[in-house]
Amino acid sequence: MTNRSPILSLRGIEKSYGPIKVLHGVDLDIYPGEVVALLGENGAGKSTLSNIISGTVQPSAGDMTWLGRPYAPANPRAAIDEGVGMIHQELKLLPKLSIAENIFVGRYPMKSGRLDRKVMEDRAHIGLRRLGLDVSPDRLVEGLSTGKQQLIEIAKALTLNARLLILDEPTAALGGEETQLLFRQIERLKSEGVGIIYISHRLEEIRQITDRIVVMRDGAKVQEFDSGDVPIRTIVESMVGRSLERMFPTLPVPTDEVTLEVRNLCSPSKAFRDISFSVRKGEVFGIAGLMGAGRTELVRAITGADPIASGEVLLHGRPVTPRAPIDAIRNGIVLVPEDRKLQGVVLDHSIAENIGYANLGGVAHNGWLSSRRIREFAEEYIKRFGVKGRGEQNAGELSGGNQQKVVLAKWLARKPKVVVLDEPTRGIDVGARSSIYDLIMDLAREGVAVVVVSSDLEEVLGVSSRIMVMAQGKQAGILNREDANDVSVMELATI
Amino acid sequence: MVADVKERQGFAGITLPSLRGATGPLIGLIVLCLFLTFATDKFLSVRNFLNVLDQITVLGVMAVGMTFVILIGGIDLAVGSVMALAMMVLGYLNVVAGVPMGIAIPLALLVASLNGLVAGLLITRFNVPAFIATLAMMSITRGLANMITDGQQIIGFPAWFNMMAIVRFGGFVTLTVAVMIAVFIVGLLYQRYRHGGRVLYAIGGNAEVARLAGINVQRATVLVYVVCSFLAGLSGMVLAARLDSVQPSSGVSYELDAIAAVVIGGTSLSGGTGGIGGTIIGVLIIGVLRNGLNLLSVSPFMQQVIIGAVIVLAVTAETYRKRK
Repeated sequence: MTNRSPILSLRGIEKSYGPIKVLHGVDLDIYPGEVVALLGENGAGKSTLSNIISGTVQPSAGDMTWLGRPYAPANPRAAIDEGVGMIHQELKLLPKLSIAENIFVGRYPMKSGRLDRKVMEDRAHIGLRRLGLDVSPDRLVEGLSTGKQQLIEIAKALTLNARLLILDEPTAALGGEETQLLFRQIERLKSEGVGIIYISHRLEEIRQITDRIVVMRDGAKVQEFDSGDVPIRTIVESMVGRSLERMFPTLPVPTDEVTLEVRNLCSPSKAFRDISFSVRKGEVFGIAGLMGAGRTELVRAITGADPIASGEVLLHGRPVTPRAPIDAIRNGIVLVPEDRKLQGVVLDHSIAENIGYANLGGVAHNGWLSSRRIREFAEEYIKRFGVKGRGEQNAGELSGGNQQKVVLAKWLARKPKVVVLDEPTRGIDVGARSSIYDLIMDLAREGVAVVVVSSDLEEVLGVSSRIMVMAQGKQAGILNREDANDVSVMELATI
Repeated sequence: MVADVKERQGFAGITLPSLRGATGPLIGLIVLCLFLTFATDKFLSVRNFLNVLDQITVLGVMAVGMTFVILIGGIDLAVGSVMALAMMVLGYLNVVAGVPMGIAIPLALLVASLNGLVAGLLITRFNVPAFIATLAMMSITRGLANMITDGQQIIGFPAWFNMMAIVRFGGFVTLTVAVMIAVFIVGLLYQRYRHGGRVLYAIGGNAEVARLAGINVQRATVLVYVVCSFLAGLSGMVLAARLDSVQPSSGVSYELDAIAAVVIGGTSLSGGTGGIGGTIIGVLIIGVLRNGLNLLSVSPFMQQVIIGAVIVLAVTAETYRKRK
């Protein structure tokens, strides 16, 4: 393999979004007939890198060589024409079109200016059979299971006759048997000399199917292994690494009194199953896990934002299972949601109004209120939480950290008993982060039960007294602070 | 620090918090009035001003309801038809069935409100887009209005009914104008000073943020469509008094006039910004423009062109101002 020339070579690839650099000079070679695993935590830069190769994103610096020629795809079409196929983690199928139409979308086989439906369906049929998929190509995609849809995505990439295939978490939605079918196809493509980049969090299957493992961390390639003989522990240690120490405030000591208890909670969409845990008064309880582990769905259900299929939520031993956000809010259980801009604040309304929206009932006297009263109410909290902005300023003009403080302010004005924060510092710069951590600790010190969901491992480890790790919708375990470290959390998360 | 963030100062030092975002339309209205004062010799008179008020009553009452709907990011295409249905119910009950007006009017308003209830439930419970739900209601109510008399008009209301639109109490306003002014005041106070009114801004700004903030978005939405239909019915009562008759073809395309008045007044079709204050100005602009164009003997066809141009002007000016 070493004496052959690579299909694709990357040299010094960098990518910045504004002042934030997400890739720091990555070098990578992919040889024909080789399966390379790309590994790393959420945000390590795997997706950005594969998007650059597939032409979705343009690099800020660096060179790519494709079959010995310079390669700089301006868009996904250009990459596909060169022979790069990518299967995205999120399904990108069109539900209202047939399977065959989905496979050939944008490159329909034509005959004298008209779509040749027969050729299209025959070729689709061959592609589907290869993957052992026994469905008619003229069936609509709508209503197919996620696993089948994933296989159709793969069939689509296979019909491209690609020289390089990028698979982003291809087995996330597949069952055991479907996974084996996929692996057989990967073996076949290998023997045909196709290069494959395989992104996955499942370390066992990576060792089984890949030849080489490339580990990324914080936007840089940190290590390369030959698969097969590396112990999983070594891979995990390499993934989490030991990046710069961040400052976390000291944790308050929780009381023994249980505030929030969750019993056997299941979601109707199966995003999470059979979750049970309890959070004590004054405790910060962390929830860790990889993307798609069901963390956000779980905390949204606890706070009434999403439906619950079965199970119970208890507050001080009293059942309070919510049916709508207002039920949870009335009981003092509030959510600081994952997506500030879409769920936390109304961007083109003022800070004061945003704080007011969760407190209109409290501000009003017999239902009467005025802009001035809302603003006076909000000013107090703007000052208390150090929001850098004036009451009548639009929330959209604030930095991410200050927007997050507005969301916190709107809830803390209600004196909640349980505060759930989903990705509290995502997209917030380092300086503002520590003031959010301070706020979290203040809450715990005042006796609030705090739940923090975070993809940032260091953050969960830094702020939580206990950590629940979720994997594929199930709770993989609860670690005490003493036993929790990046390796033990990642081991549970990648089960 | 609090002192300098108090009310935004309007020109001449008057505080105009209710006109937030509507100062543009207000300036437009003033310029229009100044122009007509010099271009015609009849415009600037008490008599003509009262005429304008009489002419905008139907539109004014209807536009207040439409403002609430548009504030939450919705739309109601059925108001013109709902108005016709309410008028026909009134005519049938009073003239044909002999029900006294004191009972016929509330019943007609009830029928109108029920239409809003149906539209609201379609939108919230069955997730029908507002555009489609109210388009369907527009067709259904128009058909029902025609079925009552098989398309015929009804005349023969008691004499005092028409007098409400003619007699100027205290030599000043007719009862129909008084109804419009009352609707303006109640609407303005509700929107600015009531819990239920402020909630509409949150829903229009971002319904998911509102829901997560514990606001009952579904209930508020249904209520808004009920109120909008109720006011459409009320505007039908006003029109019936003015015409002294009812016919099922009344109010065709009135929904578009109402939407135009709301949009000219600075309320965004995407919801969350604007309000009744702007709508009042929007209604006045349309009223003054029609009145002035008549005084200038501009043909009715040309008037449509000009009103269309004013809508474009108002919306682009607003968009431009925001971008700055």
